[in-house]
Amino acid sequence: MAEIVLEQVSKRFPDGSLAVQDVDLAIADGEFVILVGPSGCGKSTTLNMIAGLEDITAGTLRIDDRVVNDLPPKDRDIAMVFQSYALYPHLTVRENMAFPLRLAKTDKAQVTAKVEEAARILDLTQFLDRRPAALSGGQRQRVAMGRAIVRAPKAFLMDEPLSNLDAKLRVQMRTQIARLQRRLGTTTVYVTHDQTEAMTLGDRVVVMRLGVVQQVGTPAQLYDLPINLFVAGFIGSPAMNFLNATVEGDILHCALGDLPLQNSTVQELARRNAPRELIVGLRPEAFEDAALSRDERGPVLTAVVDVLESLGSDVYVHFTAEGGGPARSAELEELARDSGLLDAGAGPGASAGAGQQVVARLNAATQAREGQPVEMRVDMSKAHVFHPETGDNLTHPDNSA
Amino acid sequence: MAAAGKAHAVRWGVVNVVVVLYALFPVWWIVALSFKDPKTLTDGDYIPRSWTWENYRGIFRTSEFTRALVNSIGIALIATVIAVVLGTLAAYAVARLRFPGKRLLIGMSLLIAMFPPISLVSPLFNIERIVGIFDTWIGLIIPYTTFSLPLAIYTLSAFFREIPWDLEKAAKVDGATPAQAFRLVIAPLVAPGMFTTAILVFIFCWNDFLFAISLTSTDAARTVPAALAFFTGSSQFEQPTGSIAAAAVVITVPIIVFVLFFQRRIVAGLTSGAVKG
Amino acid sequence: MSAPPRPDGAPPPAGPRTGPDSRAALSAGARQERRLGWLLCAPAVIVMVAVTAYPVGYAVYLSLQRYDLRFPGRAEFVGLSNYGAVLSSSYWWDALWVTVFITVVSVTFELVLGMTLAMVMHRTVLWRGVVRTSVLVPYGIVTVVAAFSWQYAWTPQLGYLAALLPDGSAPLTEQWPALWLIVLAEVWKTTPFMALLLLAGLALVPEETLRAAMVDGASPLQRFTKVIVPMMKPAILVALLFRTLDAFRIFDNIYVLTSGAHRTGSVSILGYDNLFTALNLGIGSTISVLIFICVAIIAFAFVKLFGAAAPGAEVKR
Repeated sequence: MAEIVLEQVSKRFPDGSLAVQDVDLAIADGEFVILVGPSGCGKSTTLNMIAGLEDITAGTLRIDDRVVNDLPPKDRDIAMVFQSYALYPHLTVRENMAFPLRLAKTDKAQVTAKVEEAARILDLTQFLDRRPAALSGGQRQRVAMGRAIVRAPKAFLMDEPLSNLDAKLRVQMRTQIARLQRRLGTTTVYVTHDQTEAMTLGDRVVVMRLGVVQQVGTPAQLYDLPINLFVAGFIGSPAMNFLNATVEGDILHCALGDLPLQNSTVQELARRNAPRELIVGLRPEAFEDAALSRDERGPVLTAVVDVLESLGSDVYVHFTAEGGGPARSAELEELARDSGLLDAGAGPGASAGAGQQVVARLNAATQAREGQPVEMRVDMSKAHVFHPETGDNLTHPDNSA
Repeated sequence: MAAAGKAHAVRWGVVNVVVVLYALFPVWWIVALSFKDPKTLTDGDYIPRSWTWENYRGIFRTSEFTRALVNSIGIALIATVIAVVLGTLAAYAVARLRFPGKRLLIGMSLLIAMFPPISLVSPLFNIERIVGIFDTWIGLIIPYTTFSLPLAIYTLSAFFREIPWDLEKAAKVDGATPAQAFRLVIAPLVAPGMFTTAILVFIFCWNDFLFAISLTSTDAARTVPAALAFFTGSSQFEQPTGSIAAAAVVITVPIIVFVLFFQRRIVAGLTSGAVKG
Repeated sequence: MSAPPRPDGAPPPAGPRTGPDSRAALSAGARQERRLGWLLCAPAVIVMVAVTAYPVGYAVYLSLQRYDLRFPGRAEFVGLSNYGAVLSSSYWWDALWVTVFITVVSVTFELVLGMTLAMVMHRTVLWRGVVRTSVLVPYGIVTVVAAFSWQYAWTPQLGYLAALLPDGSAPLTEQWPALWLIVLAEVWKTTPFMALLLLAGLALVPEETLRAAMVDGASPLQRFTKVIVPMMKPAILVALLFRTLDAFRIFDNIYVLTSGAHRTGSVSILGYDNLFTALNLGIGSTISVLIFICVAIIAFAFVKLFGAAAPGAEVKR
């Protein structure tokens, strides 16, 4: 067990492209840290650098207070779980799990004991003498985990270990990984592109974009106080609604109507010389069915429901905010591209001029019906205001400097 | 429905029989010839009227054939081993490593794969005479190795590419040195590919005729295909037809064995390099 | 069909696209990797260069000499006069014509037959293994053995095929019949190889695409010409390129069937005869060099005309 410290770590590929740029990250002993971001953000490269599978172009990597930049993977005492599991097809489950121990010249009796212990924890005992080809996806995934835990390494590195499983199994395995990590208390770095996985698993989450760390924080911090448009849009499902807005005094004009800004926000914007044209972000739960609301504060707006999705516990109401095009920025476009929205013809700009699609999450008791108007109250304390060019969240306390 | 299915089966049956006959009849013909005695040799029958082993006994009585057979087997085996070993090293580099000059290597092997062997015969003939390896095993092993290297490199690099890159990474993270990763993980997985490549290379060397007749002059290194062309028959008064047929059948046996047992591998090996490019 | 793209994890394509400053920035690992790469390739490269590049150079040198092995003392530099002698000789042009004829005709037949064979092997459910196994026999069999089989088949009073011809005909002793028989032997031997290459290409055409074409109302012929052939184009071109170059070097079959008599000799036969019958190293080497040039032209034409990708040329990591 060990802490892992990255200082100004960068990776430049031979073709000159900068894959990872100046990453600073201190991972505490026993911590479970998630690297998350869309494909191409440098998260896997970062993980590979920690593992020693990619060279570090610049910066320092320390594991357990020792600079390991130039150590080959075998001398770093880390274990890795791959997306493809990378099980050795010519070895049985037992031999696969024993492989690292065998290389470490552990004595036979100990190898057997450790492998059997790991198999018991992972419920693989009955499969020990099978080859990987004879196992299901979930079982293979567990063998990969087993191979990682047998030798009690300083750290686990996991590269999208669940993305080859089907949805239901993925949720199950997620819980199992979390439980295992708590039990073993081993420092873990976990890479995923799935924000749900990131939010549910990690002690802390590192959001990356184009090789640069955007924000590091607990899931709650990322959700409630995203530092910029990218993090705001990436974290949360359904995603935050973004609308173009114009500030006039303490009123925000946007496609939803005129929204009164909170005093603190107004002061903050003034202090920072914010432009008048802004992007306002509202999470679906910032809306509330006005008929069910006990709160009297906050603006009320009326919209016709396009689509209503009932999840039982909640209801998602989709409606169109007429007037004013959809919010645009490089970061939002990248998010849309990553989530496939552009391909689906629903990305920003796809409905230009036709207004902006907005999702609201309402109490299941709502009387809203498709095609009918519904009155909703907006909780402005949950509103975020972003700078349209830099993408900075102007309401984030860390950005006040 | 059943009738249609039956007609379908019959149609495919006929097509398949035609294909099999096409492929095997010339082979059967020479087998039949090899079992005919001198009296019925010229009867043109597809099945010998009286079977005889005489032709086989005849060729194995003379050292002319047995010596050539030993040469063929020895030369082809040695060339195969060398080509597969060198090919494996290069193919691993081509499939797995980044280094300048890789394209050059690929281009060069492609060039050699297309090279007309006759263009090499005249200089090699002269060089080998000067160096003193003309009409020796080495004199044939060298060009065989060279001309089968491109085949070996292509086929093997296709096999290497099929081994997931992650396995090697996993081995490294699991604590293996590059040599251990190769020995414990990569080598066992590429072994079937090496075997397939070896079969293809062996067939290539076994088959060669041009180098065999150009770079040999006595039975010191003359292989069977070349020896066939110089056959005189077991007695001087006979046409060598029966002997040639018998010798031809003998050197066809290994090919038939390979094809029977390793059909799937040979097909995979032959097509791997060509299609995935 | 291919691995999921992982732009963040996958290293960039390897290639000579290194920037000017890359040498300095090259990390220890990359340097080690490149050294290992060279080390592993070195033995193969040395063998290939030593046995081809040097002799080719030597062949060019020999071709500029008057060098008759019967009079080895009288070797002398004669410039391009050997080339003049060969290129002005009707033997060369006859042999070239024969070679081109055999190449074009046999490769054409092989393509058609090979395609048919590939379709049969692809579609048949019955005795699939048997069919594939038998088809491999002609590929694997020693060319000389097959050639002898054909020779005996066409020899009067001996062969079953000769028996089908009118009495007194000896097809291997006349130019045209002999050429066609050479083509036949060549086609029989190499069609399976062509078929296997095409079969591999055929296997890359997804069954679903064909079903979609069927639903869209394409007839079997249209499915073949509009869907299968375009999708197989790379495989077809590779097969054609390989076979054309291979057919151009034809030697074994002719040597056994006619020994090049009755004006059936290919350029390879001509080169061989000049070397080993006439023992004229200078002229023999000149022919060798000319053949090499012809092959280079064919390969170049293929790549230029069809953009035939060199197999394995694009190495993905």
